[in-house]
Amino acid sequence: MTEFNEVLIETVDLKKNFGDLEVLKGISEKIYRGEVVAVIGPSGGGKSTFLRCLNMLEEPTGGKVIFEGNVLDAKSTDLNIHRQKIGMVFQQFNVFPHLTVMDNITIAPTLEKKISKAEAEAEAMELLKKVGLEDKANEYPRKLSGGQKQRLAIVRAMAMHPDVMLFDEPTSALDPEMVKGVLEVIQQLAESGMTCVIVTHEMGFARNVADRVLFIDGGIVAEEGTPEQLFDHPQNERTKEFLSQIL
Amino acid sequence: MGPSILDVLLEYWPIFLQGLAGTLKYAFIAVSLGSVLGALIALMNLSKSKILSAIAVVYVNVLRGTPLLVQMYISYFFLPIAIPALNSVSKEVYVLIALIMNSSAYVSEIIRGGINSVDKGQTEAARSLGMTAKNTMVKIILPQAIKNILPALANEYIAMIKETSLAGTFMLYELMYTRTILANKYLSWQPMFIIAGIYLICTLGLTYVVQKLEKRLSVSD
Repeated sequence: MTEFNEVLIETVDLKKNFGDLEVLKGISEKIYRGEVVAVIGPSGGGKSTFLRCLNMLEEPTGGKVIFEGNVLDAKSTDLNIHRQKIGMVFQQFNVFPHLTVMDNITIAPTLEKKISKAEAEAEAMELLKKVGLEDKANEYPRKLSGGQKQRLAIVRAMAMHPDVMLFDEPTSALDPEMVKGVLEVIQQLAESGMTCVIVTHEMGFARNVADRVLFIDGGIVAEEGTPEQLFDHPQNERTKEFLSQIL
Repeated sequence: MGPSILDVLLEYWPIFLQGLAGTLKYAFIAVSLGSVLGALIALMNLSKSKILSAIAVVYVNVLRGTPLLVQMYISYFFLPIAIPALNSVSKEVYVLIALIMNSSAYVSEIIRGGINSVDKGQTEAARSLGMTAKNTMVKIILPQAIKNILPALANEYIAMIKETSLAGTFMLYELMYTRTILANKYLSWQPMFIIAGIYLICTLGLTYVVQKLEKRLSVSD
């Protein structure tokens, strides 16, 4: 990974327990600016928890998360400032049903970054055009398909001008015919140089778009490498087993 | 037997009307002030402070777990002793305090339930955008919770219309108190049917209105 040299997010011995259950057993990783990292692995292996720790949606039990040189602390008010720079897209979209498409996008920039409504709306419109939703600006999310909701969620995160985008199984809740449109949007983002961490079950997509793939299983990064290394020449027995079951 | 129900109604309707006005007024005061207090209790309950939420839990459990009539008696006889400054206010206030506190316990659970009914993903989405806890609550959660809260609050008002009948015990002029007035005129059973009828019209009528309201609110889902 020679072309990336600026560390954007670093986790140091990251641990997370849910009660007695050890979900993350110590993950030390670096995500570099501009890098696209796909996170794969079996369900319950800890990949979503790892992702959710990166912006403190899950408070780590041990270790730390360093974002742009700052140790993130769930109790600090500055966390909001850092979170503005860490976009997140969820499996269940989590668009705001009581707000129009436009307001979904502008609410955070206008409230938290004090950007004028006019300016925020102009930018939102630009973003909506990029994902083919400009004619939906005044609709409520209930009128959107799953794929459209997810594209809205991506745009909503982009409107905060994040330095990194986290995707938590962004296509797992979509009807099959909706998957492609959403993956295309993510791919465009990745190719534009946005740093992305993508938890996904779409192996073809991971291979295509990722600079690096992490295989998380049993609460640790069991194996990592370029897509070619990991998918074509896996070293770890668990990786081989996992890939043989899904490919 | 004495006079018929209709005779009693035709002769004494102003008394019943005044009683009904009292009932609606006391229920309204109890639920509105109870809502303000209840919102506060709900926020305490949901707060991260263990002490605040423990106080709220005890408050709600005591007020929901003991009869309103007992609470009224305690308020009526003990409050003037405990807080001598209250001695000068009208007796009506003691009874109202019990009604308001009782209602606030139920309302706080309604509000808490309404807030909890909003999908956790909504909070996560707002916080991941960097929105503050306050903005998340005010701009994202409460507007969605209100759809569940409003109909339940209206139902609480309907329930309170019946609960206020206990206030007549303390000589507050509401529907049930008309029984006491008319008992002095040797009318024992007729007023009770009229009173029951008025309660029924109120509760069924309002229930119908609430159902309409719920339908309208659910349209936007």
